[in-house]
Amino acid sequence: MIRKSIQSRRARETRLKIYGITSICFALIMLATLLISIGLNGYSALQQAYFKLDISVNTEKFVDDSGAPDNNKMNLFNWDGLVQSALREFFPEVKDRDEKKELFAIISANAGYDLKEIIKKKALGSGSHTLSVWLHLSDDADQYLKGRLSIDIPEEDRRINNKQIAWVNSLVERDIAKLKFNKTFFTSADSREPESAGILGSVIGSALTLFVTIMFALPLAVMAAIYLEYFAKPGKITDFIEVNVNNLAAVPSIVFGLLGLSVFLSTFGLPRSAPLVGGLVLGLMTLPTIIIASRASIRSIPPSIREAALGLGASKMQAALHHVLPLATPGILTGTIIGMAQALGETAPLLMIGMVAFIIDIPTTFTSSATAMPVQIYMWSDSAERAFYERSSLAILFLVAFLISMNLLAVVLRKKFEKKW
Amino acid sequence: MTLPLSFVFFVLLGLSVYFYYHAKSGIVRKAALLSDRTKALPSHYGQQSFLWAFIPSLLILLVLTIGGPNYIDQIFYNKIQELNPTFNESFVSLILAKVINVSNGKISTGEENIIMLAKDYKIAFEQLHFYRGLVVILCAALLGMIISYRQKPGSNAREQVEKFIVNIFFASAVIAIFTTVAIILSLFFEALRFFNLYNFFDFIFGLHWAPNVAIRTDQVAAEGSFGMIPVLLGTLLISFIAMCVAIPIGLFSAIYLAEFATPKIRDFVKPTLEILAGIPTVVYGYFAALTAAPFFREIGFSLGLDVSSESAIAAGAVMGIMIIPFISSLSDDVIRAVPQSLRDGSMGLGATKAETIYIVILPAAIPGLIGAVLLAVSRAIGETMIVVMAAGLSANLTVNPLESVTTVTVQIVSLLTGDTEFDDIKTLSAFGLGLALFFFTLLLNIFALSISRRLAERYD
Repeated sequence: MIRKSIQSRRARETRLKIYGITSICFALIMLATLLISIGLNGYSALQQAYFKLDISVNTEKFVDDSGAPDNNKMNLFNWDGLVQSALREFFPEVKDRDEKKELFAIISANAGYDLKEIIKKKALGSGSHTLSVWLHLSDDADQYLKGRLSIDIPEEDRRINNKQIAWVNSLVERDIAKLKFNKTFFTSADSREPESAGILGSVIGSALTLFVTIMFALPLAVMAAIYLEYFAKPGKITDFIEVNVNNLAAVPSIVFGLLGLSVFLSTFGLPRSAPLVGGLVLGLMTLPTIIIASRASIRSIPPSIREAALGLGASKMQAALHHVLPLATPGILTGTIIGMAQALGETAPLLMIGMVAFIIDIPTTFTSSATAMPVQIYMWSDSAERAFYERSSLAILFLVAFLISMNLLAVVLRKKFEKKW
Repeated sequence: MTLPLSFVFFVLLGLSVYFYYHAKSGIVRKAALLSDRTKALPSHYGQQSFLWAFIPSLLILLVLTIGGPNYIDQIFYNKIQELNPTFNESFVSLILAKVINVSNGKISTGEENIIMLAKDYKIAFEQLHFYRGLVVILCAALLGMIISYRQKPGSNAREQVEKFIVNIFFASAVIAIFTTVAIILSLFFEALRFFNLYNFFDFIFGLHWAPNVAIRTDQVAAEGSFGMIPVLLGTLLISFIAMCVAIPIGLFSAIYLAEFATPKIRDFVKPTLEILAGIPTVVYGYFAALTAAPFFREIGFSLGLDVSSESAIAAGAVMGIMIIPFISSLSDDVIRAVPQSLRDGSMGLGATKAETIYIVILPAAIPGLIGAVLLAVSRAIGETMIVVMAAGLSANLTVNPLESVTTVTVQIVSLLTGDTEFDDIKTLSAFGLGLALFFFTLLLNIFALSISRRLAERYD
């Protein structure tokens, strides 16, 4: 009987272990599924369908009377027409008006604009030039070439019809169109056309925002932590501050967005969509995280160090600033990196203060309209074009890779500077 | 003459640094004259001059930079209203916005009145910037001179500097209180304006949520109704689904990691789970909307069930995955905080490890575990991006996880990201929801934190 009961008791232990292992495996599998599914969605955005055009331009058309380049004339020139007529040379059989329209739909709607920018950048000398340029195909042709548009469904439900497919295929056969590395994705800001959209604008927006966040939150948090650890007299105010810090760490992030909306935007009248406001809101949000981490780090420094400093005649302030703070810096940095990673991935408060606008320009100042990386991901995954999903996934991969390396850096720092006193 | 902000700031900084060195060398001279020793190091006198000149002037600069434009706007608002007493408030604001845009050169207009006002506006701004710079720089110079003049070798500059710095430290600690107060006040006053337009009890107990108010007054639209029960129910439903996923998995992982796992496994699994915690919520939202939702739909379809494409179960399940590491790491800490002596005692009496866990460790850890779970619930309720991307917008009064429901955070986002006016009832209702969300999570947090603290005290 005892043996039987031991058996059942052991079985119970095995069951518990199995539950534990299953749960951990489930969590890890989910992590893998998440990353793999996003990776599979996104890797193809590293490439983009381009086509090569040989174009002859006469730069004398774009100079004013004195011979200096005239941007206005350049902007007024019919670049789309130039691209379209060059494209038609490949398909002389296309005559019909509707057919022409269909043909022009396989190249990017921004092709003319892109061509103008390329020519502007080249700064050609005067006279006529013939150059071959690579321009974007449309997002639908791009998706077709990557095999992401299924061509099994009926023609009228597809975004690309049989004729267009034939044209694209013939361009590929003639080696005029092909998939190349998607440089645009890393060098431009948002666009209505997926093929011209990139993450640079949102990356810079995020960088500006994080800069404000760290400048705001880190000094305040360190000062608050030193105060709470060494100078606060036990009492109601100190208790109240501690309760507040702990609570703020658990307040939903969207509430900070509401705070930013009603305090920074309506009361102080700061500009909407600005990295300055975004940074302040995220700073308020990460402040408690950094305070808590800094306090823990300060507390882990043995009291003997401070006591020795005090014993040799240092004041309380000198003991804290000259002796404890330098030793606590690695811990504070670790906490700050984790707080910054949290701020970098945060989306909801930024939606509240209007950083969710469609912005084509790359932001340059702290008050210019900007968006941030997670918001860009959110906007892209909300749009209808299939090609935006792909870009959204790729943007996620970059964001997650960056966040993971930030977190790993924090772990490494912690390991490296961890001291057993 | 214009004095831009950065210029004023750097002049201020330069002046203060100048006073640092001025005071530092000055005090040595003074001491030499009296053939006396300074009571503190010369650099302390320098620090004192720097702080006394820099900090008050910086505060004045901040106040003028933030308050000045608002003050000018108010003056011009009154001016426009005086010129046209018949205009109502929103129209005056509209004209003011036009004036501001014209003065910035953002838009151009042919209306002469507005051009005149815009010119005045620009001049007023230039004056503001000029006087701001003048006041700040003069203030810094004056304060620096006074303090350097008054410093005597006998005064203890170090003590005074340290007192000053402690006060600055205190001020930064008090920001936490200010933030909470600002959150409560801003939510409260906006919500109060909402309750002036809409009955408080209809909001709290109403069974119908449909914020479709006419945007223009002449538009024909249904009267909006703002009963928060369906929204709240949707929030609780999704949080409940999330907890059904996260609590068992998180708890069992924590138990395994704390009690059974070898250090090697622990060192691998813990950081990996932390990666799961470090993934931004927008990524989970993307996963929920594009991978999980179609997956649940397919499964439902093969079982002959009709699953909405914005089903509560997809959003809830993905939210649960997001919360697993949160629960597992908190519970892991709690379980490891149970003293080793309890384990040893139980094992010594012949209990197996599983029995020790079930009978001794878990009961000892239960308050902390409840605290962890409550914190996780609060997190689930306040979570925004997953539900914004994967849950629906229409407020259905249902507890069927296969249907689409909406949540408090989804409604706040959808009400505040549209192009609506700030005093609109729709916008204000978002603050009503925000207030409800804040209090709900606040109660959970306070409760959770007090429970965990009690546990920590018990075994100290």
